[in-house]
Amino acid sequence: MRKFIAGLVMGTALATAPMMAQAETPKNALVMAFAIDDIITLDPAQIFEFSGAEYAGNTYDRLIGFDNDDVSKIYGVVAESWDVSEDGKTFTFKIRDGITFASGNELTAEDAAFSLQRVILLDQSPAFILGQFGFTADNVKEKIYATDDSTLVMEVDKPYAPSFVLYCLTAGVGSVVDKEEVLAHEVDGDLGHEWLKTNYAGSGPFKLNKWTAGESLSLTGNEDYWDGAPEMKRVIIQSVKEAAAQQLLLEKGDIDIARNLEADQLAAISDNDDIKMMSKGKGALWYLGLSQKNEYLSNPKVREALKYLVDYKGISETILAGRSQIHQAFLPEGFLGAYNENPYSLDIEKAKALLAEAGYPDGFSVTMDTRNTTAIMAMAQSIQATWSQAGINLEIIPGDGKQTLTKYRARQHDIYIGRWGPDYQDPHTNASTFAWNPDNSDDAAAKPLAWRNSWDAGDLTAKTDAATLERDDAKRAAMYVDLQKAVLENGPFVIMFQETEIASMRGNVNNFVLGPSFDNNYYRYVTKD
Amino acid sequence: MSAVKRKKRDGRNRARFASGPTGTVLRLVFSLAITFFGLLFVTFLIGRVLPIDPVLAAVGDHASQSTYNRVREEMGLNLPLWQQFFIYISNVLQGNFGQSVLTSNTVLDDIKRVFPATLELATIATIIGVVLGIPAGVFAAINKGKWPDHMVRVIGLAGYSMPIFWLGLMGLLVFYMKLDWVAGPGRLDSFYLDYIEPTTGLMLVDTLIEGDMDLFWNAVSHIVLPASILAYFSLAYIARMTRSFMLEQLSQEYILTARVKGISEHRIIWRHALGNVMVPLVTVIALSYANLLEGSVLTEIIFAWPGLGLYITNSLLNADMNAVLGGTIVVGAVFIGVNMLSDVLYRLLDPRARR
Amino acid sequence: MTTQTQVSQTGLKQWLTSDTPKSRWQAKCGRAWLGWVKFTENKLAMIGLSIVIGLILVTIFAPLLAPYDPLAADLANRIQPPGAEHWFGTDQLGRDILSRLIYGAQYTLLIVALVVITAAPVGLLVGTAAGFFGGWIDATLMRITDIFLAFPKLILALAFVSALGPGLENAILAIAITAWPPYARIARAETITVRKSDFIEAARLQGTSNLGLITGHIMPMCMSSLVVRVTLDMAGMILIAAGLGFLGLGAQPPMPEWGAMVSEGRQFLLEQWWVATVPGIAIFIVSLGFNLLGDGLRDVLDPRGGD
Repeated sequence: MRKFIAGLVMGTALATAPMMAQAETPKNALVMAFAIDDIITLDPAQIFEFSGAEYAGNTYDRLIGFDNDDVSKIYGVVAESWDVSEDGKTFTFKIRDGITFASGNELTAEDAAFSLQRVILLDQSPAFILGQFGFTADNVKEKIYATDDSTLVMEVDKPYAPSFVLYCLTAGVGSVVDKEEVLAHEVDGDLGHEWLKTNYAGSGPFKLNKWTAGESLSLTGNEDYWDGAPEMKRVIIQSVKEAAAQQLLLEKGDIDIARNLEADQLAAISDNDDIKMMSKGKGALWYLGLSQKNEYLSNPKVREALKYLVDYKGISETILAGRSQIHQAFLPEGFLGAYNENPYSLDIEKAKALLAEAGYPDGFSVTMDTRNTTAIMAMAQSIQATWSQAGINLEIIPGDGKQTLTKYRARQHDIYIGRWGPDYQDPHTNASTFAWNPDNSDDAAAKPLAWRNSWDAGDLTAKTDAATLERDDAKRAAMYVDLQKAVLENGPFVIMFQETEIASMRGNVNNFVLGPSFDNNYYRYVTKD
Repeated sequence: MSAVKRKKRDGRNRARFASGPTGTVLRLVFSLAITFFGLLFVTFLIGRVLPIDPVLAAVGDHASQSTYNRVREEMGLNLPLWQQFFIYISNVLQGNFGQSVLTSNTVLDDIKRVFPATLELATIATIIGVVLGIPAGVFAAINKGKWPDHMVRVIGLAGYSMPIFWLGLMGLLVFYMKLDWVAGPGRLDSFYLDYIEPTTGLMLVDTLIEGDMDLFWNAVSHIVLPASILAYFSLAYIARMTRSFMLEQLSQEYILTARVKGISEHRIIWRHALGNVMVPLVTVIALSYANLLEGSVLTEIIFAWPGLGLYITNSLLNADMNAVLGGTIVVGAVFIGVNMLSDVLYRLLDPRARR
Repeated sequence: MTTQTQVSQTGLKQWLTSDTPKSRWQAKCGRAWLGWVKFTENKLAMIGLSIVIGLILVTIFAPLLAPYDPLAADLANRIQPPGAEHWFGTDQLGRDILSRLIYGAQYTLLIVALVVITAAPVGLLVGTAAGFFGGWIDATLMRITDIFLAFPKLILALAFVSALGPGLENAILAIAITAWPPYARIARAETITVRKSDFIEAARLQGTSNLGLITGHIMPMCMSSLVVRVTLDMAGMILIAAGLGFLGLGAQPPMPEWGAMVSEGRQFLLEQWWVATVPGIAIFIVSLGFNLLGDGLRDVLDPRGGD
């Protein structure tokens, strides 16, 4: 026993002796815990994940930006100004002088043209954002080009609403990469893609220091940034998957910001005086997709009944406390034409009456594919409980993210509970998926959410297309309100909440910026007391 | 009846990996090849039946159908399974394990990164397990049936019975949050994460190579808790096996003889009996070490430890099959390697096995 | 049995402990009795046995024991601390934790029972066949066993769960798939030691078929070491199931599976510790029970004590 105890004591001594009492992180560095295991690439022509988008937003300059608080205010970043031709098909951008890449190269219109061409030529996930303007691998070099060092020209195929085109350039695909640097690492005509996946060639306020997949991402402040050097010399993002671990790290002061705390953890830390919270409405929507292949769900009365069977208030106030607001139309608040009325609320009697009208007074059984994250699982269980009050037996089928998604994309679900985030700041991004379905057959070429739920959107498809060509913003907004009302009334979606992102941070961290999408979460203004 | 004879030899299991004639070596190589081939084939089948679309990991949910189709073709998923398997095997034979979709690195690079993290954790855990487990087992054996024996037994069985994710969270709560004895999740304080250039990938070694003692101690304070928690499991196993081996030895005649000769009890137990127990114990320790080397997904999630278990799990759930296959090869190799090593050690250490 | 119950207490004991049993049945009972006496002397094993019996009783009488409906959500009453109304408090949907715990017992028991009745026979069959026939059958079967052994358990289970689809039955099947190889090894080793024994040869000479030899003579010889090993593994199975539940791939909500309960409760760990701790302790106690029981059984059935 003596040895046993001696061993224990030794172990403890080993553990305690070297503790470095480091109360807080250095003043000029920002340390964050964030579930960044979704980053699969650092090439802005490929990045399409939340934390990847945030990386690109902080390390690359884009042609255009928008005001985080009023997204209708668009301003130039790399493009100082722009003109749209009379016929609405030619966009001419004046490129800002005095921007240099991390490599020391000057940023010119040629870099911008190359970056946009590259998106189309590489044809990675976000390529469709530019591709929808008629660019293909064959024509892009003739359609997007630099006429001199400071002039970029872009010719689109139809007279689109200018705001539509410009908003698309505020997305990650509008990031400008260093042509010379990238091409220096080209292998087999890949436009430097393999290299840029794990390296950096930008001009943004931060530079990549090191990315260790699944472990950490570290950035260095760009001392020569044209719009003012950031105060933080370093930003270290640690990949921490477990929210409970993030909470512990934050409360101990080992990190400055925790990004993925769950609702109840937020409630718990709100008593801690050393910690403050910042929140921002994001564009992502939580919704139920009701497959029209299911005989019950294809009944319009049933769809309507289900919209009355979600405890919107209860879920948003307790399970998602602070992390969402009720929102039922397909355009998130803040978007052009967003419809912010929420006509549905929990009304079990009304739902029962509607179910009886539909011919199912005793309810029915149906399954729901549910991603196994804390928030979605809790939501699903609350829905399950309210539906059972109306006689509907909901079977939850839990699965990992990619697993439920695979099933959903193959149209094999009854109900899918999910989250949809817009791809860019224009209303077309959501309209083209919730209200647009040109071909409802199983082997369709385009597979928007309406298609996944086997919903024939009827004339809404044509109306959605028409809205992209309306050049008057007020009229265009009115068209989207109509589309949203139609989907709200009849669509196979029970849209419930709009997500709110909450960053929890130590009291001495100031000016962290959360924007409407992850692209616009900025570190460059951060200061620490 | 030569066949029967051979079977009989096999029956005395450990004789199979005998050194000596080339025939045996060939047979060994052949059986290893078959095992690895089977491992890969089963993993490949798993990949096929997994209801997860591997293209999704590469292009995400929003990409256009044409992009999706192009990537699918590039990944070779339109080929028949046997052809995919054949291509993979021939690549592996050329030393090319492919690229991971999730990390944009080659699988080999990924494994060079994640395996040391697991290796470090498993090694420290095993050391703790051995240092505490063997004395505990001996102690229980010499007090057989008395309360110290029961205590060791209960403590040991408790180690077997605790859900590790719960123990990990509780450990963090108590020793990190409340008592402040150890550092939190991660291999280093977040702030230092990008300071160390991996040479060996073992944080404890790399920090020493860089000569930064502060960072070394920081790494120590980060590894203590997860390693102790993993160690609890191997401790329980090692203590339990030590106890039963010791009981067997203590009932042997030579112990009695030694006692009659008047050799001190302390010497009999710690020198003679334990000395003989060491041989079978090596096998036990090796087995528990091999188990830890597979990586513990749950521990790695809770302690934000970027190890092999987390890597394989994550890849599996994204159907990133190159990474899963690469990870499986490592795990299989570790398992087979450790088994063979313990066989060899057994033969070297145990005079009876030498015949 | 009627005649035996009529025998008085001491008479029964005498009958059981008789040095000269009059029938094979009596001899068997006698051996079992001696084993039982030895088993009862082991206090820890008795504790284990009572935990396991307790688990079975809780499972049977769950509807009577549980104060609330384990599935009834009440968002207004969520994460209440332990108190008179809810002994172990309520969870994130306002469900009574004690009731969920009580109803959850059946899933734990189900996991253990189903894994045992699927994995043990498979392992037994593969192992005895390999050991009995030898040759290429042995080589093939053992190669397959090795392949399964070389996979990490949780990952293999994870793969099968995602392949089969989620749900408790599939989780159980997945655990069974990972659990059989060690049993096959044990059974093979035992088979090899008895294969050439005289009594097997005698049975063979009497014209017993290979199948008859395996099922009638060899399998019973493997039973005791297998029972010990399986009992000791039960805790491990519970923990793997809990691990799957923790990863969100085990039981389907709102099923009160204990691992899933720990997983759901971990976001309240700092302030509302009981939500995750109570089911965690339940898993611990039951696993400990199975371990103590297995340890005791080993002392009785497999005195050599090797693994």
